[in-house]
Parts: sequence; C-alpha cells; structure tokens
Amino acid sequence: MIELRHIRKVFNAGQPNEHVAVDDVNLAIGTGKVTVLRGPSGSGKTTLLTVLGCMARPTSGRILLQDREVTSLPARFLTAIRRKTFGFIFQQYNLIQGISVIENVMLPAYPNGDSLPALKQRAEKLLDLFNLRPKASARVEWLSGGEAQRTAIARALVNDPQVIIADEPTAHLDTKLSRELMEIVKEFKAQGKTIVIASHDPIVHDSPVIDKVVDMRDGRLIHSGAA
Amino acid sequence: MRKSSIFLIFILGCTLVLSLVFLDAHFQTAGDLPFLRQEIKVVETLKLTDLCLTTEARHTRHPSQADWHSPFQSHPGALDHFPSGAIIQPPETIIKGYEPHRQ
Amino acid sequence: MSHIVNKQRNILDFALSSLLRRKGRNLALVTVYTLVVFALASVMFFTQALKKEAALVLGATPELIVQKMVAGRHDLIPLSYIDQIKKIRGVAAVTPRLWGYYYDPLIRANYTLLVNDTYPLPEKTIAVGAGIARVRNAHRGSKINFFAYDGKPVVLQVRGILSEESELLSSDLILISAADFRRLFGIPAGYATDLTVQVRNQKEIATVAAKIQQFLPDTRPILRDEIMRTYEAVFDWRAGIVIVVLLGALLAFLIFAWDKAAGLSAEERREIGILKAIGWETADVLQLKFWEGLSVSLTAFLLGIILAYIHIFLAAAPLFATVIKGWSILYPNFRLTPFVSFSQIAVLFFFTVAPYTVATIIPSWRAATIDPDQVMRT
Repeated sequence: MIELRHIRKVFNAGQPNEHVAVDDVNLAIGTGKVTVLRGPSGSGKTTLLTVLGCMARPTSGRILLQDREVTSLPARFLTAIRRKTFGFIFQQYNLIQGISVIENVMLPAYPNGDSLPALKQRAEKLLDLFNLRPKASARVEWLSGGEAQRTAIARALVNDPQVIIADEPTAHLDTKLSRELMEIVKEFKAQGKTIVIASHDPIVHDSPVIDKVVDMRDGRLIHSGAA
Repeated sequence: MRKSSIFLIFILGCTLVLSLVFLDAHFQTAGDLPFLRQEIKVVETLKLTDLCLTTEARHTRHPSQADWHSPFQSHPGALDHFPSGAIIQPPETIIKGYEPHRQ
Repeated sequence: MSHIVNKQRNILDFALSSLLRRKGRNLALVTVYTLVVFALASVMFFTQALKKEAALVLGATPELIVQKMVAGRHDLIPLSYIDQIKKIRGVAAVTPRLWGYYYDPLIRANYTLLVNDTYPLPEKTIAVGAGIARVRNAHRGSKINFFAYDGKPVVLQVRGILSEESELLSSDLILISAADFRRLFGIPAGYATDLTVQVRNQKEIATVAAKIQQFLPDTRPILRDEIMRTYEAVFDWRAGIVIVVLLGALLAFLIFAWDKAAGLSAEERREIGILKAIGWETADVLQLKFWEGLSVSLTAFLLGIILAYIHIFLAAAPLFATVIKGWSILYPNFRLTPFVSFSQIAVLFFFTVAPYTVATIIPSWRAATIDPDQVMRT
C-alpha cells in the first residue's frame, strides 16, 4: 500500500519560470492492484510517478510506503528502498547503448552486491520469460522496438520489486505489441505485484486488468474511481 | 570468463612481471658488486674524476672539470651546441657561482 | 565482505564493458598513456642508475684537484706550485696529473690521454680503453699512429687493453708514459695538467682549498664533494632531455585531462542519468568512473614501467644512447647496474595513475549528483 498525502511538486521554485507540476494530490494505491494515471501530456502524470517511486522528493506532502514515512529519509536510504521496491519502465526504454542485453538487465542489481552467477541466473530467467534468451549477448541497439521494450521490462524486474512503475509504456509500440504488454501486466498482477502506469493510451486504460484509473489535469486529480 | 576476471588476471600478471623485474634488479645489482668494486679501484688508481658517458665534447666528457666560460655556451642553463651538452647539467661549481667564486 | 567484493567486481565488469564500447579510442588512449609512463620511467631509471653508480664509483676520486686558470681557461700548472701548496698546514701530499685530449683525424674521435704513475708504461707503448680498441680495431701489439703538436708522427704500440667492464669510466682512455705525453703535446718539463692534493684531515679539505686560492689566486680548487654533487645533478630536471620528456608528458596529461573534463559527452551524461534512475547511488556512479579511470591508468602504468625497465637495463637504453652519443664517434658500451627503488615506482605512480584517475572522476561528479528523475523529465 502506497499512500500519498497532500503531495505538491514545484519546479524552479521562486523563479519567474516557477511551475507547479503536481498540486495537493491525495492517493492510495492498493497492493496487488493495477492503477493507471490518465491525462493529457503536461498534466503531471510523470512527475507524480517520480514522486511515487521515490525518485524525486515532493516539495511538500508525505509518502507512506507500507505505513512507513519515506519522504524524510536521507538520499542513500531512499535510493536503496527505491532500488529494492520499485522497478521502472521508461517511455524511452533508456537502455545503455553498446553493451549486451543481459548486462542491461543486470545493471540495476550491480550495487546490491549479489554474486554474478546468481544474478545471471535471475537475468536469464527473465530473458526466458520474455523470449529474449537468444538475444542475451546481442547489443541493445540491434534490438527491434518490441525487444527493446521487453529488455527494459526485464531490467525493471531484476531486483524483484513489489511495485512496477511504467511511464507511457505503449508510446512506441504498435497495437499488437501494446496488447502483448497488457498481457505481461496481467501476469505481474497474478504474481501479486503492484503496478502503476501513466498513459493516455485507450488500449491501456480500457484493458480489463486495470483496477483503478486516476484522471489528472494541471497537476490535480479530477476523478478517481474503478474502471 | 567475466571481464573483471580477465582484467584482474592481466593486472596480476603485470604485477608479477614487475616483481620479477625487481627481483632481476636486485640480483643484478648484487651480481654487479665485484664490477663496481673494480670500477672504484680504476677511479682510485687512475685518479679519474668523471664517467665516460660521451666523448663528443670536453665539457661533457669531464663535466666536473669544465671551466667557467667555454662550456655550456653563454649561460649555464642554456641548451648546448653538442647534443650531449643538452642533457648534462653544468657542474655544481658553475651553477653555484656563475661569477668566479672568490670570497 | 563478499558483498563488497561482489559489488565492486560487478561495477568493474560494467566499467570494462563501457570501455570496450569505444575500443579504438580507449586502445589509443592506453597506448599513448603507456608511452608517457614509459618515457618518464625510462628517464627516471636511467638518471637514477647513473647517479647512484656515479656516487658509488666517484667516491674514490681525488679529494682535491687544483687547476690553474688563465684568462678564464684551464691552463697548464707550473710544478713550482707543488711546494707552495705543500707548505699549507694539513696537506699530506701533492701529485701532478698529466692528462688531455687527442683528436684522431683518421676516425674523427676524441681520446682522453692520461699518464699514470701506478702502472708506469715503457716509452712508446700505451694501454687503450675498450672503446678505442673497438673503433681502431686494435689489439695487443697493434701500432697506432699519432701526430705530435709539431706535426711529426709518433707511433705507439698497444701493450694492453683496459677491461670492458669498466667502460663507463675508461672507454676512451689511453694510458701513456709521461715522456710520450710531453712529446706528443709539447708540454715543457716544469708543467703538469693539474695537481691532486691529499689532505690529512677530511674535515679540513674546504679550509685547505680556501687557503690554496688565497696563496695562489690564479688557481681553482675542485673538491671531491663538488664532483659528486655535479653527478647528483648531472641529469637534473633542468637538463634538456628531461625537460623535453617532462613537457611531453605534461602535455599528454593536459590533453587527457582536457578530453576528460570537456569530454563528458551528452551520451555519457545520459548514461549516468539512466544509472541514477534505475537505482544507482551517486557513490556507485563515482565508483564506476573510478574503475574506468583506474583500469586505463593502471594498465598503462604497469606496461610502461615494465617496458622502461627492459629499455634501460636489458636493452642498454638505445633511445637515450642516441642522444648521449650525439656527434661522438667513440661511444662507450656500458650496461648500467639496475638501481631501482620502490620509492621511484611510488613517485611515478602518484604522478601518473593518480592524476588520471582523479581526472576521470571529477567531471563525473556533477553529472552523478543529478536527480534521478531527470531521465523521465526529458
């Protein structure tokens, strides 16, 4: 259970270009549920995801992770919590060019200090799951869009996070691949993972797997209810 | 094999070679002692003052015997006409007092 | 413990993968860097070994030499000075030395001719250094033609060849009898090249030297200390080749540092952003950069030092020999005793590995402190 209380995020505070990205958001995200943040671009979805995923600190307000206040934790602890609790899937995939698929997948686990054989096993399992095993030692720039996306998802899962956060995951996918992605989301849900997706793609928020759609506009929630 | 293993083995190998180099230097130095002793004897009996590093110019053949004006051109720090003069420092006596050392 | 080792090895794995992406560029970097270390280490090994050997060997040099100066030049010294010097308190003995240079027009080489009383040679015979024996193709019994000061030929027979092992001292020496020396150069009987003075009490050498200058103002004393110090400073940092090498090395480092400081490309910045976003801490990113810098610099350092050792002590410094040789026809074949110390290696380490590694980390510092959400905002 992740609880957001009066979250406000301001960029360039006190300057002429001050911008309130998220304003007074109260939201509870249930464990094992799939939540979608819906809204036009610039509505604050991505910012809310970064705050929710402990990537950025809110300007004000509090975040409770399993009833534990995390907003005031020092950066090091916050990073450790983020690394172990959240898996991120980025809109641009954000894979590291020039190195192999399997290395990209293992990358978030390097600072944990796990032994390489164990880590490799985990990564290979994930690659099997996403049919990427034959591409394991290929460089990421040789992948197709769908393969790159699946590599990014595998990377998000390597630390076995409880929560998966995805920012516009279907933005670069065609309909078929988008539907496949929602199938993957369904599997995650079946495994008991909490999923938060920011998207304005109908394929995403019309999917039967979604538990809750949160509408956003100008940094505020306008409606929240079951899909 | 993982890359870090290859790298660590490489570095370890180099370090090993470097230790062998030190070992070689150690034994070589120890083995050279008789020759060095012989050299000392040569210096003593022939009353030599300098190493024979280069034979091209008077002041680089016998740097310690160089006189005030002729070697090292116009200034003790200046680059020399002779290639060897450019790598051999003028003698202490000249650096110490460019003008004749008369108390 | 194994946790820390695993973490560092994982990060090292990634650092190496990262470096291998730009294989050509990094290989060139390591090559240039190795050359810089090689040059610096070669100079260091060579000069240190020479200095050490000089200090050891020249400790046996005469404690005080007195030369006569005329119009700023070293001139022949009258033997009458001997008695005057002997009068100075503390002087044990005064011995004249006869030595000089002979230019051999046949092969355009300079020889150093020296009269030695310890092993007196019969007239018309000489003993030659190994270098001369080599260039003149001389052996026991060969005859060498000299031309005296007045143009008359003087034929001298080689009676012995000086040991090859002392070539660093005697390569160009010709030992000759006093009579032949005087005839060759036309030096009158009452004169010598210079005088060596033995002093009873070693502590009084400087005092004796000062007194000699006082009584004989046209002389200059050369102290053993000064000779030793000359060789301590013989290849000092001010000397040409050292400056050239140091400047070269410095320039190379500046280029490296510039490349590193300015060269944190948008691509690298983006990667650091991604690492931060997927859960790497600032410290992890800096460790990555540390390993990147260290793997390049340590490789170059170790290879450079090993190559320098081979160059100086196993291959007899062929690169420096060319410079030292210069225009001289007669070049001593000497093998240096490898006086190598850990402190030399440590100094080199701190002047090569440390700056590069730091230069790799510093520019990344700012990039590494960016907020992890940066990646999602762009």
